[in-house]
Amino acid sequence: MSRPRTSDPAWVRWTLTGLALTALALVIVLPLAAVFVQAFERGWQAYRDAIVQPETVSAIELSLLAVGISVPLNLLFGLAAAWAITKFQFTGKNVLTTLIDIPFGVSPVISGLVYVLVFGAQGWFGSWLSAHDIQIIFAVPGIILATTFVTFPFVARELVALMESQGTEEEEAALVLGANAWQMFFRVTLPNIKWGVLYGAVLCTARALGEFGAVSVVSGHIRGQTNTLPLHVEILYNEYNYAGAFAVASLLSVLAVITLALKKLLEWKTSQERI
Amino acid sequence: MSIEVQHVRKVFGTHEALKDVTLRIESGELMALLGPSGSGKTTLLRIIAGLDLPDRGTIRLHDEDATRSTARDRQVGFVFQHYALFRHMTVFENIAFGLRVRPKSTRPSERDIVLRVYELLKLIQLDWLGDRYPSQLSGGQRQRVALARALAVEPRVLLLDEPFGALDAKVRRELRQWLRRLHDDLHIASVFVTHDQEEALEVADRVAILSDGNIEQVGTPEEVCRRPANAFVEEFLRDVNPRSLNQRVS
Repeated sequence: MSRPRTSDPAWVRWTLTGLALTALALVIVLPLAAVFVQAFERGWQAYRDAIVQPETVSAIELSLLAVGISVPLNLLFGLAAAWAITKFQFTGKNVLTTLIDIPFGVSPVISGLVYVLVFGAQGWFGSWLSAHDIQIIFAVPGIILATTFVTFPFVARELVALMESQGTEEEEAALVLGANAWQMFFRVTLPNIKWGVLYGAVLCTARALGEFGAVSVVSGHIRGQTNTLPLHVEILYNEYNYAGAFAVASLLSVLAVITLALKKLLEWKTSQERI
Repeated sequence: MSIEVQHVRKVFGTHEALKDVTLRIESGELMALLGPSGSGKTTLLRIIAGLDLPDRGTIRLHDEDATRSTARDRQVGFVFQHYALFRHMTVFENIAFGLRVRPKSTRPSERDIVLRVYELLKLIQLDWLGDRYPSQLSGGQRQRVALARALAVEPRVLLLDEPFGALDAKVRRELRQWLRRLHDDLHIASVFVTHDQEEALEVADRVAILSDGNIEQVGTPEEVCRRPANAFVEEFLRDVNPRSLNQRVS
């Protein structure tokens, strides 16, 4: 195999590759390995004990609940937003595109505080909510709201890019052939974007599981009630329960690795879709 | 089935794509919309199909006002410039699509759908390609599949947007003649958009020459060549090989 003439000399390539790999090892592989080493420091039994604790189990359940509600919601919102942005021309389209990116732009802490300002006891709807005995802040609904807000852009952004590259010709062809709007969506649009939808859902899930800042503000850290997995890790850590903290952290890490693998697979699938 | 375009105007933002266009295409006629890019020919085709709505003017299909009816209700066959085949469906399913999406009351039985699709596959001489996907086909094959898909619903008019634009010269030549014969067998009104003078003069019964949102002249290929209506038409047709008039396929 002949080397392209424009490529750099061997030592440059090796140095650059070496630097990149060292950085990768220091910043990513080492800490990830440390999580598992710490988690299993006192053996498998201690690891298992840390995870089956009722407070940990309830944190797992709450995290799964938040994911189970926020991800489907964001799939729906994301599909609707991407559909509107890519298939129609309307005034305010740029505003909508910008609004979608807001959760990426603002710090998660702000995202949480916004909900406290709106729904908290001193907030705009605070007195009304307490009069009707509805609690959002320091309760599960607040956690779900904050998670949904923070993870909103993932599905929408992925789908806007994908649907823009695909254009509207196939939809127009379906219309001319007599399809109604539902048939057009389910027979033409959705099959064309299905891997993109899954990709967005995977990213959204990963972020929802790991969300700390926004959830931390609205949660109130009530053990066994409003503690998600990341919050629980922090509590255990602050109590010098390192084995427990790292055991729970290792759960999140495993989920992250699975997500990464899925993401890679789906990236490959969507790249095929774009052709 | 005739097509009538009356005083149609269409504006995109600040650009006046069609100014005041009136055109009648008779049943059984093959009409070419010829003009340089940006002259409004594709816009006119999309308005006839119902994919765009005119700002002013009316569209009549078979002497019925169709201006307000949707693309779905107009029963037109439309072949897109880049074919717009459904990429996740096989050739067979692409062609069957228009039949499958019909409401239950008018949808043919599965057996009739299969028969109809094979009939069309034979017509486009690709009956061995039914289970392929669009990405596995050549440009000329895609073009013919797009045509079969449009014909499956037995359209009242056939509209083609730059049907040969993306093909190489030899395939283009074959498909032109094939389209001409196909049109003669179908007895419907057909309109195709092209920027290629020779193509228009060689295939069409009549040619409508557009420039800058206006129709400059409508006539048979002989008429527009021998008696151009104005300086633009004369200029636009000047470099055409005179042989293309004699090479007409019939």
